[in-house]
Amino acid sequence: MSRTIEIAGQILDHIGDRADAEVVVSGGESALTRFANSFIHQNVAEEGHEVLLRVAVDGRVNSAATTNLEGIEDFVDDTIGIASLQRVDESWPGVTEPMDIVDPHHFDDATAEANPDERARVVAGFVSAAPDLLAAGYCETMGHDVAFVNTEGHRAFGHYTRATVDGIHQASGTAGSGHGTSPRLGDLDGSDIGALAADRARRGLDAFDLKPGEYQVVLAPEAVATIAMFLSFYGFNGKSHAEGQSFAELGEKQFDASINLYDDVHDPRALGIGFDAEGTPHRRLDLITAGVTKAVAHDRRTAKKAGVASTGHGSPGSEVYGPLPTNVFLEEGSTAVDDMIAGVDRGLYVATFNYCRVLDPKALTVTGLTRNGTFIIENGKITGGVTNLRFTQSFVEALAQGRVSAIGNDARFADSEFGPGMMHVPSLQLDAWNFTGGAAG
Amino acid sequence: MFDLAQAAVEGALAAGAQYADARVVVSKNQSIAVQNQEPQSIDQAERAGVGVRALTGSAWGFYATSDMSKAAARAAGKKSAAISRASASVPGPAMPLADVPVVEDSYETPFDEDPFAVPVSDKVDMLIEVTKIAQSVDGIALATGNLSFWDTNKWFVSSQGHRIHQHLVESGGGFDASAVGESEIQRRSYPQSFGQFETGGYETVRRWDYPGNAGRIAEEAVALLSAPELEEGEKSLILEGSQLALQIHESVGHAIELDRILGWEAAFAGTSHLDLERLRTHRYGSPLMNITADATLPGALGTFGYDDEGTKAQRVDIVKDGLWVGVLSGRDSASIAGLAPGGMVRADGYNRLPMVRMTNVGMLPGDSNLAEIIADTKDGVYMSTNRSWSIDDRRLNFQFGCEIAWEVKDGKLGRMVKNPTYTGITPQFWAQLDKLAGGDEWVHWGTPNCGKGQPMQVAHTGHSAAPGRFAEVRVGVRA
Repeated sequence: MSRTIEIAGQILDHIGDRADAEVVVSGGESALTRFANSFIHQNVAEEGHEVLLRVAVDGRVNSAATTNLEGIEDFVDDTIGIASLQRVDESWPGVTEPMDIVDPHHFDDATAEANPDERARVVAGFVSAAPDLLAAGYCETMGHDVAFVNTEGHRAFGHYTRATVDGIHQASGTAGSGHGTSPRLGDLDGSDIGALAADRARRGLDAFDLKPGEYQVVLAPEAVATIAMFLSFYGFNGKSHAEGQSFAELGEKQFDASINLYDDVHDPRALGIGFDAEGTPHRRLDLITAGVTKAVAHDRRTAKKAGVASTGHGSPGSEVYGPLPTNVFLEEGSTAVDDMIAGVDRGLYVATFNYCRVLDPKALTVTGLTRNGTFIIENGKITGGVTNLRFTQSFVEALAQGRVSAIGNDARFADSEFGPGMMHVPSLQLDAWNFTGGAAG
Repeated sequence: MFDLAQAAVEGALAAGAQYADARVVVSKNQSIAVQNQEPQSIDQAERAGVGVRALTGSAWGFYATSDMSKAAARAAGKKSAAISRASASVPGPAMPLADVPVVEDSYETPFDEDPFAVPVSDKVDMLIEVTKIAQSVDGIALATGNLSFWDTNKWFVSSQGHRIHQHLVESGGGFDASAVGESEIQRRSYPQSFGQFETGGYETVRRWDYPGNAGRIAEEAVALLSAPELEEGEKSLILEGSQLALQIHESVGHAIELDRILGWEAAFAGTSHLDLERLRTHRYGSPLMNITADATLPGALGTFGYDDEGTKAQRVDIVKDGLWVGVLSGRDSASIAGLAPGGMVRADGYNRLPMVRMTNVGMLPGDSNLAEIIADTKDGVYMSTNRSWSIDDRRLNFQFGCEIAWEVKDGKLGRMVKNPTYTGITPQFWAQLDKLAGGDEWVHWGTPNCGKGQPMQVAHTGHSAAPGRFAEVRVGVRA
């Protein structure tokens, strides 16, 4: 039996009938090998358990977390004691009834047990893909168990692994990026990912300053992951939606008919476990189907307010930030990226967006920059690198009807700059993207 | 607790580390959020563990465990050394450590009122009152209040003989009010966006008088809905202190981090437009610009006794009369650069590797004041309170949005305008600083959410600033 299940059971026993409660215990090891200037300079790992406890004493709610398993009984008593002194939380949805949980099986023993030598070999592959360039990035492995119990008798257990290689190669004044994420370290080839980064870096040599303006774009999966992440976190967020801060209008055709976006931990390519922090099972949630906005994500609290069922997107902090889809898939198309580029007379190929921030949540207008690979396309061919550009663009408008020229056949996990393993997306060819500044401002 | 840290260090040395240090950290955090007069979340967190850092050749190895037994600490030390040795398969140059005095000492944040001794219900009641006041203004759809407190004990031991205990207390919060129009949301925040945080106790929260400001802030949010947009153009830009503080954080604070300058953060946080060859010759900005990194400022959020590798807190000149003269550094980066270590290496908890972080990177006050600056401005805009921030990976090309602005015409504050933004390039922008308010308006603004590193670490940093004016800035950028 996993130690997490044992700890969760002990906590529930100590709570007894003093409160409604839900307990999440996670434990495992995470390790990350980091390199810069083409050598490993930081190399870290951690092990441990963390307990999340949420209690409701006659509707008076309190949440707490601890890593201190020695003092767990005091921790439980304090959490209940503080709850009992609070006001009644009128929005408290109660704890989850027992429900069947389906394990998505995203766990790999070899990845959970990966050692620093194995991570170093992946790094060596990335670095040696271009010995003449300067490499920087990381290789991470993690394996975690998660146990959930509550006072309604609901029990769930899951475990998952994740491996990521992410890095850049740098040539004089330019850089190119590569990324891979999988439940299995064995799926990731540092050499291949390093070769892509090196190719982008070399193509960007002698980059020039391009006049800002509206351009056709071909966006690589990393750039598309940023769009998908902002759509998901700001728009398909049940709390933002209820507060009138989301662009999402259910049932409305807000996107091009070619766009299908869904959240599904049970997709064989996904990462994660089969339930959320409230014990609600994850199931596929269609967010956009044929361009029509279909749903937003809910935890139990936002679901109660909206009069619907939780979609299984509760997380620690979702009371404040709202429920967030984090197993997002943008359905891939059939166009090869070279064919997308061939279809552009004059435009830009963008590898990655960087430092994106929302200016207007309702329109999802975002400003950010290009990074690690920005290239001019002329007459259907990449003809050179350009220096990084700033954009100010509504992400919803960019994907509106008639503005999506092609969807790539190259879907994969791509880092949205907010973390790996959340957005599985292809390249996109878009009719217009509004670049508002260049190297000179 | 020193014994636990000592066991971790001994474990690393026994496994072959040339240097090791360890931190035992016991921390608690309380966060309270209220929305529209209802408690939204009440969270407590206690985290305890030991993190040990071992140096072998060119790489740090780091291992952390939440198991607070001596055996686990010793095993963690052994693992940290093994991890650093594994790095040798992709080796680099040796990582020397600059010398620092070896001390046995302790430090405690001065505070008047233990924030954890104030009943949670009192805090909730105060935030409910604030949101009630804000909601009493017609047109306010959302009113939210937040408070957060941290109490951190750290015991640091190094293989060179350091033994340092620190007890740090940090407090703060804020509130915001939002008016939702047909196709827009306008939000106003107080004391600044994300709240104001300082080292100290609950007295820091009381000082900002949230209830006394809730009505004004809510009225401003509603007024913004019917305000005109700021027109695009180039004009004098006057920044309120908290926005200038964030400008310093993003376009100075990160650029002067020595690990970025050395390329250690190239893949994620980025590098810097600065290079060491230009230290003491590069003009960062106008002669009004004097920036220090000062970890000794009483009450500022980035204040402590010692950093997380045992170097004493200090004040370092960064920009003097507009000239770039200093960096943020640690023992390894300073040694490589041939500079004195600045005591600016900190970690986000026991389970993260210490890295170069801002302390209190702030601008010394000038000799003017906001009223005088406005009176001296013929055609400008006064912007307050950050709404969005974006800057490139070399810290050059930035665009900021603020919550609110007012036109300034012929020396007078004019009509309110909404969705104000401005953009620029770091050295050109700072060269245009031509007026700076003085000590009466100088505030130690705190940033509680500075992200950096992999795995991600969040640091608490301070940025002292007073309002300032910049000539001919591009404003009103939009999609």
